Amino acid sequence: MSGRAVRGVQRGGAQWMMAAAGLLFCTLSWISLRNFGDLPWIMAAIALVLTLTGLSLFARGDDRADRIASPLLFGLLVIWLWEMLVTGLHVPFVILPPPSRIALAIAHNLPILWADFVQTVLHAVLAGFALGCGIGFLLALAIDRSPFLQRGLTPLGNLISALPIIGIAPIMVMWFGFGWQSKAAVVVLMTVFPMLVNTRAGLASTDAMERDLMQTYAAGYWRTLLSLRLPVAMPMIFNALKLNATLALIGAVVAEFFGTPTRGMGFRISTEAARMNLDIVWATIVVAAVTGCAAFVLITLIERVVTFWHPSIRGADRR
Amino acid sequence: MTQKILPIVTVLIAVLILWYAAAVWLNAPQAEALMDPDQPHGLWALAQACWSMDRPVLPAPDQIASALIDSVFGFPLSSPRNLLLQAGYTAATTVIGLIFGLIFGILLAIGIVHVRTLDRSVMPWVIASQTIPILAIAPMLVVALGSMGVTGLTPKAAIVAYLTFFPVTVGMVKGFRTPDPLQLDLMHTYSAGEMTVFAKLRWPAGMAFLFPSLKVAVALAVTGAIVAEMPTGAQVGLGARLLAGSYYGQTMMMWSALVMASLLALAGLLAVTLLERGVVLMRGGRL
Repeated sequence: MSGRAVRGVQRGGAQWMMAAAGLLFCTLSWISLRNFGDLPWIMAAIALVLTLTGLSLFARGDDRADRIASPLLFGLLVIWLWEMLVTGLHVPFVILPPPSRIALAIAHNLPILWADFVQTVLHAVLAGFALGCGIGFLLALAIDRSPFLQRGLTPLGNLISALPIIGIAPIMVMWFGFGWQSKAAVVVLMTVFPMLVNTRAGLASTDAMERDLMQTYAAGYWRTLLSLRLPVAMPMIFNALKLNATLALIGAVVAEFFGTPTRGMGFRISTEAARMNLDIVWATIVVAAVTGCAAFVLITLIERVVTFWHPSIRGADRR
Repeated sequence: MTQKILPIVTVLIAVLILWYAAAVWLNAPQAEALMDPDQPHGLWALAQACWSMDRPVLPAPDQIASALIDSVFGFPLSSPRNLLLQAGYTAATTVIGLIFGLIFGILLAIGIVHVRTLDRSVMPWVIASQTIPILAIAPMLVVALGSMGVTGLTPKAAIVAYLTFFPVTVGMVKGFRTPDPLQLDLMHTYSAGEMTVFAKLRWPAGMAFLFPSLKVAVALAVTGAIVAEMPTGAQVGLGARLLAGSYYGQTMMMWSALVMASLLALAGLLAVTLLERGVVLMRGGRL
């Protein structure tokens, strides 16, 4: 039952009708709530049941539309429930603003949000991410030729990856000032070790058979590295890149809590939270979330290109 | 054993030497200004001055160590200046949050493995939630909950729980799914129900995945607890010490809080490793 695909389910388009009806009732109950101020319990319950039924019908199928529709419906349902409950039950604005207010805040504060984005993401995160991942990668290559250094640095790298490096943020702000450079420094420190450890593990993951084959080709160290070990290491390296994308955002935003010029996402979050402008805070969080997801998707796309590309390299070598 | 230890010790010694050199390099301008310009002094005197400044740019390792020892043994355990007390607050937040995150993560994993609708609709969001720098909103959550009168441990533990549930969920879903069709079919021929399959097959298989995810979760939990202690509302914990040190330019305070936080994370890792060994031994496995 679980985990196994139910093939050829006869749904006859019922899933689309259920979902459409559910969304219709969701909209109707939302309009009713906005106009009369009371939670329309019966209509909301119908909307919930219809949407959930549509969602579970979608979940039984296996084609592309099914795979996209059920998480999408679930996301819409969560936002709708959030809006309905927060407005209908009069949850205080400081605890949780409704999504509609957050959307309004985004629309009204686009210039501020963009300036914050430029300061935090385009300056601090990008510079720190590139530098940190680059240093980690090069370090891994450098210690690759020395088994002694490998045995010394790999356990230490593993250990440091588990430490709360974020705590170095105030020290970096003291060293490099309030500008984006100090945030980039925190990002570098946070991203170096995951990259080092993953690249090391990736380079070590060739098996003896493949290395022997390279030896029979009389391939030297660099040839082996370029044609065999780096392509093999690529999945691990992309793993580190994905991990580091989130870490870099966290590092830059948290470092901004310790002092920053009057822009930046961390600055916005901390000052507007203190002034109880929670809608702008949430708007910034939405920007951060979208940035994080976009970075993840971008890296995944590049990974696909690279994994598509590396068999073709091997093919070129064979010729 | 020597083959393992020797390289690590060598690297550590190299790091220490580099650290002392960097301390001289970074502190020299300030140390020079503090020294009596009339009295001639050599390089060694300058180095010693660099390694014993009150507010150095980069403190020497022995300075950090003595500051750490001083902050642990120099004050009574009830004094807020005692770093052990502050570490205790952080540890309490970490452990309570971790337990809730663990329970929620395992329950969610059980749901995802058994209910197809949950698998299809929630799992993508669980993965997407990790690309969101959720840690960044932690202080805001503390401030918001604090304004509602919810203060102390609860909001901080909630953040830690949120951070830790993810690695647990992903790991346990993978673990609960490791039994292959052959094993599941065997259970089926025993006419075992879903509950029995879970208790006798899926849960033991999941155990192997629980501890690696728990190690990731511990590292995240300590980081989360420290960040949650940073906003203006928080007064206790290592994160608050870091922030106070940053406000008043107290370098040694920051460094000792940082080292203490690292020790806390290491202690957490050690505890999970010991727990793992205990569970393996209890279930009749071999280390």
